[in-house]
Amino acid sequence: MHKTIEEINERIKKQKALVLTAEEIIPYVEENGLGKTARQVDVVTTGTFSPMCSSGAFLNFGHSSPRIRMQKVWLNSVPAYGGIAACDAYIGAAEISDEDPANKIYPGRFTYGGGHVIEDLVAGKDVALKAVSYGTDCYPRKELHTFVNIRDLNQAIMVNPRNAYQNYNVAVNLSKKVIYTYLGVLQAKMGNANYSSAGQLSPLMNDPFLRTIGVGTRIFLGGGVGYVAWEGTQHNPTAERNERGIPVEGACTLTVMGNMKEMNPRYIKGVSMLGYGPSLALGIGIPIPVFDEEMAMHVSVKDADIVAPVVDYSKSYPQREGKILEQVSYRDLRSGKVSIAGKEVPTASISSYPMAREIAGILKNWILEGKFLLTQKVASFPGPESGQTFKPLVMRQKGGKQQ
Amino acid sequence: MKREVTKNIMLHYPRHLTEKPVISDLIKKYDLTINISRARIDPDEEGTLVIELAGLKENVDAGLGFLKDLGVVWKPVSKVIARNDDKCTHCGACTIICPTGALVIEDRATMLVSFVRDGCVACGLCVPACPYRAMEMSE
Repeated sequence: MHKTIEEINERIKKQKALVLTAEEIIPYVEENGLGKTARQVDVVTTGTFSPMCSSGAFLNFGHSSPRIRMQKVWLNSVPAYGGIAACDAYIGAAEISDEDPANKIYPGRFTYGGGHVIEDLVAGKDVALKAVSYGTDCYPRKELHTFVNIRDLNQAIMVNPRNAYQNYNVAVNLSKKVIYTYLGVLQAKMGNANYSSAGQLSPLMNDPFLRTIGVGTRIFLGGGVGYVAWEGTQHNPTAERNERGIPVEGACTLTVMGNMKEMNPRYIKGVSMLGYGPSLALGIGIPIPVFDEEMAMHVSVKDADIVAPVVDYSKSYPQREGKILEQVSYRDLRSGKVSIAGKEVPTASISSYPMAREIAGILKNWILEGKFLLTQKVASFPGPESGQTFKPLVMRQKGGKQQ
Repeated sequence: MKREVTKNIMLHYPRHLTEKPVISDLIKKYDLTINISRARIDPDEEGTLVIELAGLKENVDAGLGFLKDLGVVWKPVSKVIARNDDKCTHCGACTIICPTGALVIEDRATMLVSFVRDGCVACGLCVPACPYRAMEMSE
């Protein structure tokens, strides 16, 4: 028994497809078994909503009169990268405003950064554009101050080089003072354990070897339709996996892109991580076609089947020591407390489970209404057989020993 | 029977009162128990104090009247901190920060974060800790 994308799409067009969310499929498989599930269920929808660094957008402003070759660009005082072309820029989620005192007043609040610029653009707000240049014969203007709105931009293309991380660290703090991290505020002496994954709802947990996901996969991105463009940065398919094939640490990632003009500010939000910096939280949902029994097994994954590594963010993480204190399951993480080295530790999530559930539900409805068709991937990403790892940065002399 | 009451309030001290022993008077003259959850004097020397005040109802009322006569403006804490529901994504990052359990996930199936106003002491810790800045404080 093997369904094809074409067969599934025919049923979607006739509004006869059986589509379940990644939560709904769990009891369905328990009741019906893998064989019947593979025959009956066409698609399982996943979702995740979390701060995801390595996000940003290419913007094209059009040309002013007289023209300027924008050398340095700011949007609401947040620097954007202008070194692409005369009136193109890339605004990165983690960029901080020039006026931000950062951690000079510790812990820095990072009230407004690149992620907030992106949120304001998606929300249809006017954004102040400043650009400076040195002036050329064909681009004589040297300074520009105006306001732009996403409606008037020629293109606003979200391109996120690393999203939808397959599994992630659980952060604790073994030191004697509170620390402020990208995984939230960590109280001293392991006062809390913070995690960031939608677990059983998370896209790459439901297709751990990316059998159905590759270049060209159509997805829910920020409330609009987007696409998987490439493997994500730090893509690490050789990470250690459990008996279900689920990585027990951060592993595969995706580069995703989409038209920011079609996105919804409910699913695109700037975030301010106290003492760390700004970022962008966004929603991603990926449909997983249930081709066969193997996919039926993969999509039936539940929180109890997935474990994450607990890492000390006061020393082991910053010093890149790679020490794992414990492995804990997402069932326990989501229960509100986990046991780490014999101590009961309260948990908190940085990723929103209710939003992940909402996104999986929206994507399900889009498919049921026949307006979202599945795509056949154009190319696959490196898998475990590739040997590809996530390499560290080794500091060396010029010409020194390479890895 | 005499009734014991507890009130969480936020006080605003005008500049000329920041050096007066107002809290000490509340304890000594009105027989109240005071628990201070936050105290601050601004650069302009105006003060803000968040306290829990407990005692017999008539004493609490008299104490609050004393504050009013002094010129200290106060309001219930439940009106100080508000959640902006358009910004909240129910991630749960605040639940570990809130010292009184006023921000709490009551149902581990829905994973929705509840804001129990009666439990809030307006300590303000959630305001900068919320990645979405959904918790707002009015002073």
